Amino acid sequence: MEKHSEHAQYVMGFILALLLTAIPFWVVWTEALAGMRAAAVIGVCAFVQVVVHAHFFLHISTSKQKREDLELILFATLIMVILIGGTIWILSNLHHRMH
Amino acid sequence: MTMQLYPGLNLGEAHGPDHAKSETFVFGFWVFLMSDLVLFGMLFGTYVVMRDATAGGPGPKELFDLGSVALQTAALLLSSLTCGMASLALKYDHVSDAPVPPRSLGRWLALTFFFGAVFLALEIRDFVEMFAAGSPPMRSAWMSSFTALVGLHGLHITVGLIWILVLINQIGMQSLRGVIKQRLMVWALYWHFLDIIWIGIFSVVFLGGLL
Repeated sequence: MEKHSEHAQYVMGFILALLLTAIPFWVVWTEALAGMRAAAVIGVCAFVQVVVHAHFFLHISTSKQKREDLELILFATLIMVILIGGTIWILSNLHHRMH
Repeated sequence: MTMQLYPGLNLGEAHGPDHAKSETFVFGFWVFLMSDLVLFGMLFGTYVVMRDATAGGPGPKELFDLGSVALQTAALLLSSLTCGMASLALKYDHVSDAPVPPRSLGRWLALTFFFGAVFLALEIRDFVEMFAAGSPPMRSAWMSSFTALVGLHGLHITVGLIWILVLINQIGMQSLRGVIKQRLMVWALYWHFLDIIWIGIFSVVFLGGLL
């Protein structure tokens, strides 16, 4: 029983991921959308696909597991957001001021 | 459903002590994965800052081959699925310490290796073409940051492929002891993790660059 549901999870994750990959590639390939709209579609699809992979492939969940693991993952994600967001913010601001 | 001891597919209580023992081992690997994530994060930040710094040289529109990137993405996603199938084969077909492992595990591992190798071959071909088209890493800050980010991911894939060969060799030569089960499980986490990094790369670098 558990085997079947776990098998179905991987297949489900794969189908969702395929869909979430196909949409942004299609948008860029056919140039169906442009500028900020296309960027928004790519960004949203990427974010949802990361969540899909984390849930269906890495089995990260908020329940039924030791909390340390989840805290570790959330903390690393926070560090990531600060690093990437901070770098882009500071340097694009600097870039702007130097022109 | 038994309690999940760590994020990732758990061996399950049918595996006896191997299940409980894998908790600290896998937790340690998660610590490594998250430090690796920070490393990739820095390179993503650098890439975004450098995205216009082409110094008059070729940029994304001249160099990127969207068809090839789509094929690489498909190959890596398929390898993620076969990696999951390998984990399930380990969990359900290897409950006992059988000296000769059932074939399904080896077959899924070999298939994962195949798709991973397809990905890597296409990526290396693209890099060679870019360098030949007059855009080596030292051409511009943009190309340097591109090579660092995408190249580091490719390097990780290379390590993952070598790791699969070592694992196939180990399960062929030894019985499927607890420690080898643990190595298979952390390799699967590593492989799925690399596919997540790739989502960021194809979205930010390739699709974002071609808009």
